Amino acid sequence: MLRLVVIAYLVLLVAWPVSLVFTGALSDGLGPVIDTFTDPLVLRALRLTAVAVLWAVVLNTVFGVGVALLLVRRSFPGRRLLAALVDLPLAVSPVVVGLALVLVYGSRNGWLGAPLAQAGVQIVFSTPGIVLATTFIAMPLVLREVVPVLEEVGTDQEQAARSLGAGPWATFRRITLPAIRWGVVYGMVLCLARAIGEFGAVKVVSGNLIGQTQTATLSVEELYMNFDRQGAFAVAAALSSVSIVVIIIVGLLRTRMEKRRGS
Amino acid sequence: MTLSLVDDAARAASSTRPGGAERRGRMNARRRGTRAAPPLSVGAGLGLGAAVIWMTVLVLLPLAAVVAEAAAGGWSEAVRVLTQPQTAAAIRLTLVQAALVTVIDVVMGTAIAWVLVRDRFWGRRLIDVIIDIPFALPTVVAGLVLLALYGPQGPTPVDVANTRVAVTFALAFVTLPFVVRAVQPVLETLDRDVEDAARSLGADGLTVFGRIVLPALAPAIATGAALAFARGVAEYGSLVLISGNLAMRTEVASVRILGYIEGGDLAAAAVVATVLLAVSLAVTLLLGAIGRVGGRRG
Repeated sequence: MLRLVVIAYLVLLVAWPVSLVFTGALSDGLGPVIDTFTDPLVLRALRLTAVAVLWAVVLNTVFGVGVALLLVRRSFPGRRLLAALVDLPLAVSPVVVGLALVLVYGSRNGWLGAPLAQAGVQIVFSTPGIVLATTFIAMPLVLREVVPVLEEVGTDQEQAARSLGAGPWATFRRITLPAIRWGVVYGMVLCLARAIGEFGAVKVVSGNLIGQTQTATLSVEELYMNFDRQGAFAVAAALSSVSIVVIIIVGLLRTRMEKRRGS
Repeated sequence: MTLSLVDDAARAASSTRPGGAERRGRMNARRRGTRAAPPLSVGAGLGLGAAVIWMTVLVLLPLAAVVAEAAAGGWSEAVRVLTQPQTAAAIRLTLVQAALVTVIDVVMGTAIAWVLVRDRFWGRRLIDVIIDIPFALPTVVAGLVLLALYGPQGPTPVDVANTRVAVTFALAFVTLPFVVRAVQPVLETLDRDVEDAARSLGADGLTVFGRIVLPALAPAIATGAALAFARGVAEYGSLVLISGNLAMRTEVASVRILGYIEGGDLAAAAVVATVLLAVSLAVTLLLGAIGRVGGRRG
């Protein structure tokens, strides 16, 4: 009985709606789908999303691995404060993130944006702003996955390597990185999914200039509002496919990490 | 995104379970290990400096700017913005809807976790995948798919577009995994001997659930509920298409903030944003408290 209630709830809330995005994209055959994905504006939006996601994943991976090493392997004043602050971005509403970035980097009145604009650098309403917003909302995802793995592997092997004369970089590359690699990859996958889907923060900082600062998620809204229902569904279906592939990868990685931990 | 958030919270909550003692022993050993960790070398110090500067320019300075912008107008200005009828209605709707969805999530999330852990049937793995979809799906796509099914052109007779029910649907969709993923690992490690013992002493199913299972799950449920509430309050993307953003009726706080931004009134936007920041800060602190209580009890 409970089983039926649960299945009905999940089908009505998730499975059925999500399946409609694929049937909706193909409702009038492949022609309109091809039109959508050859539309230069849509292609630019997809390219901008790719650029922002790439930056967000790279920056957050470097930041995440570096700060995780500092938090786990070093002691310094303010360590607990730093550990608490890194989680902050996950709790903040995307629209508030956008507003915060506009207040600091807006080219007219921003704390840092006005001097930067005078130096000829525009951040808000331009690609750097979109990169900043996407990086902000996904910031702690790699870090959070790497910290427990680092705690788990301990320092014995690193100390052995150091005592045999390996430098810090060689130790990191040959010992630490191989040990934490699945945690890093898992975090990167989560970061990728979050970055692709970002909407609210990007909407505020991009100014939504079509063809210039429009990302894929913004173009879904734009297409839908312009009554190009099938176009919206086509782009949404492409994004959903990525999400679903990501879920499956994450599931596989999780089973793999749990097995390693168990053995 | 929050997959890991829930995992962590669940880890914290699951320390109440039997067998948590051994786990905590290891954690204490770890903590001892970190206390003995070496201080910063020159290279690590430079790395720390770079990380702190990066966090400051990316996160701390912008969030401080929101609070500063809100405070610049003083109390009277903040009160004026928050008592403005449309804004007050948006904040009230946000809090009421987030609370309502949290209740739905607590009931359905616990039920789903129960079925996933205790029931054996074909397709259980598929349900496990479906639970994670709302985490990974772009929020605007979430709104689009709900509109496809429950909108005016959908295959069902239900049409909730531009109503408050649509807000509930969208929030229930995006917050679905929180309680499930917090409760599931705790339920998996629950000792069933105690339940069998209670049953053999004559307790019926409901009593066993209420007296034995529920108290053990309570910290995990509270964790999941807090995360779901915070997400519900902050939500924006999934509501844009389906709720219609009608002033006084279906407009939530984050949409109201965007309205202020688009109207050029950044000061008013910052006031409402500060309220949302305060809610997320309160939830973060609450989660810390739940983790500590859970740690003490086990």
